Amino acid sequence: MKKSFKWIAFIMVYVMILSTFLSGCSSNGGSTAANSGSGGSAAASNDSEVIKIGVFEPLTGENGGGGSQETDGIKYANEVYSEVLGKKVELVIVDNKSDKGEATTAVTRLIEKDGVVAIIGSYGSGVSIAAGDIIKQAGIPAMGASCTNPMVTQGNEYYFRACFLDPFQGTVMANYAIQNGAKTAAVITQNGDDYSTGLGNFFKQAFVKLTGDEGSIVADMVFQTNDQDFNAILTNIKAANPDVIFAPSSIATAPLIIKQARALGITCPIMGGDTWENVSIIDVAGSDAEGVVISTFFDENDTAATDEAKAFVKGYKERLGGDDAVIPAVAALGYDAYIIVLDAIERAGSTDGAAIRDALAETDGFEGVTGAFRFDENGDAQKSVAIIKTVKDGQFEYLSTVTVNE
Amino acid sequence: MSFDTFLQHLTNGISLGSLFALIAIGYTMVYGILRLINFAHGDIVMMSSYFMIYFMSAMPWYAAILLVIISTVLLGVLIERVAYKPLREASRMSIMISAIGVSYLLENLANYIFTGVPKGYPDMPVLTKGLHIGSLSVQSASIVIPIITILILVLLINLINHTKTGMAMRAVAKDYETASLMGIQINRVIAVTFAIGSLLAAIGSIFWGARYPSVYPLMGVMPGLKCFIAAVLGGIGSIPGAVLGGFLLGMGETMLVAFFPTLTGYRDAFAFIVLIIILLVKPTGILGEKTTDKV
Repeated sequence: MKKSFKWIAFIMVYVMILSTFLSGCSSNGGSTAANSGSGGSAAASNDSEVIKIGVFEPLTGENGGGGSQETDGIKYANEVYSEVLGKKVELVIVDNKSDKGEATTAVTRLIEKDGVVAIIGSYGSGVSIAAGDIIKQAGIPAMGASCTNPMVTQGNEYYFRACFLDPFQGTVMANYAIQNGAKTAAVITQNGDDYSTGLGNFFKQAFVKLTGDEGSIVADMVFQTNDQDFNAILTNIKAANPDVIFAPSSIATAPLIIKQARALGITCPIMGGDTWENVSIIDVAGSDAEGVVISTFFDENDTAATDEAKAFVKGYKERLGGDDAVIPAVAALGYDAYIIVLDAIERAGSTDGAAIRDALAETDGFEGVTGAFRFDENGDAQKSVAIIKTVKDGQFEYLSTVTVNE
Repeated sequence: MSFDTFLQHLTNGISLGSLFALIAIGYTMVYGILRLINFAHGDIVMMSSYFMIYFMSAMPWYAAILLVIISTVLLGVLIERVAYKPLREASRMSIMISAIGVSYLLENLANYIFTGVPKGYPDMPVLTKGLHIGSLSVQSASIVIPIITILILVLLINLINHTKTGMAMRAVAKDYETASLMGIQINRVIAVTFAIGSLLAAIGSIFWGARYPSVYPLMGVMPGLKCFIAAVLGGIGSIPGAVLGGFLLGMGETMLVAFFPTLTGYRDAFAFIVLIIILLVKPTGILGEKTTDKV
């Protein structure tokens, strides 16, 4: 009698929680936690009928939000282009939980258990760097969609990326700040996050170089993952009175930094990196987000877009639920990563890792959604263009395109 | 640093401290009665925040707040019934592990249902209005929270010391078995304890949401840990101790960053170092009782 009551109680808990909130629950960026078991077949390498491509993203943890959006872009691309070399392409999705330790396990599983021919991912440079060695040793080519830290592809001929790099991004932001009259800056970075620390450093270097003033970075603050209270840091920054604040951080912490800065009476412009291009930041920070400046990879309203881009924008907006939906830049990059890999498999004519890798390296002028692709000897996409957006009237608005001629 | 900046830091510290205090009381109450550290408390705060988001989108704020409090209390009591009651006869380790299990369950349930993308806590203008007093910028919440915390502290001390339910709670805390032999309804007392703890979690989540409006499944982890440390610092089992511990921890963290800006990265380490020191030097906490073993 007691045992069955326990069961009933447990089921009641589950049903109660679910039923109360199912009505309000949004399906945006659909969490695919269930999918991480999809590669469960014990079969070794590829069936003759199916080509498996691994998707290595954080679906939970600090970067779960961005990772889910990137995964959705990849899934959409798989629906649009579902075959290559006459075989069906199957996505094997694993969740690296935004954790470097978990990342190595996830990648090993993709390679050894699921037998994927290529890997796409990850959102979050830290986990990508952690997985790099395993990928290199296994000889499976990987395409990063939005990981911007240089160390992801450095010294690893099997890792490519579809986005620009942090040194470039840092310089772009520093340029923009100085062009708008800033002489001093404050930088806030997240301790232990390669992306945040890396981008922050590149910005600092570029800013100091461009102003010629060693002391132009008046405050350099560090916070821990999962921190929510930035008042102490921001009070110190307020006392240092910078002309601009640069805070490359995750989307979980960005709205908190913005809101708390404004609540403390800090009025200078706040800038972020590519991770900040996410609607959730405007949702959470509300009117305080007005005027925030970010750099990003993709502008959905670009009138000079390629046909591929136009088709993508139209199709993906429908998938997101209508014209009002805003396409996350990382979804566009995920889409691009997928179609580039597919194109390489097509050109290589085989599913051999080294062959696909060589085909990827030879990509020249392939038209994706975020631009034309060509990879340099490091495996980085030669992108000399960054898009600067600002938040205006509760939306991300295109501000300018920055081209750097190397 | 200038006096103005120091005052601003002080305000930040008191505001953060009172938030910690509010949630620490929940930990300390449950420990006092059940000798259980309810690790799921931080996640109950997180669930409460999600409840608020969904209720606020469907009804005006006064109805929403009421419903949030009721549903959080129900959640707390349900967790107790399902995960802790069956283990009352088992070793203390088992029930603590069960608490950790509930914590993970709530986090992952929230991640599955609400996805990992942060959502915005509904704005409550009465709490988030920015006030500028001289050169100080404070949210009205920063003034409201410490006052409400002290009020709750006074109310709770009254409840514990001057009501029958409070007496029952003290009896169960003293000696669980004898109390049940004396005719005290143990289940009712424990349910009331969890209800009060969850009520405080709900109120805590409302204030937390006013100060830090980003709601995501893992938002309860760090606050939960830090408030647990605050409860231990002040003396686990003692409600005034929890409030004291909360204020001390909040002020300490803020002042650390204020006076040593280069150590901002070590802010969390401060809390954990405090925990280790207090456990080494005075394990029962600042206001904790000396437990004498009766022969």
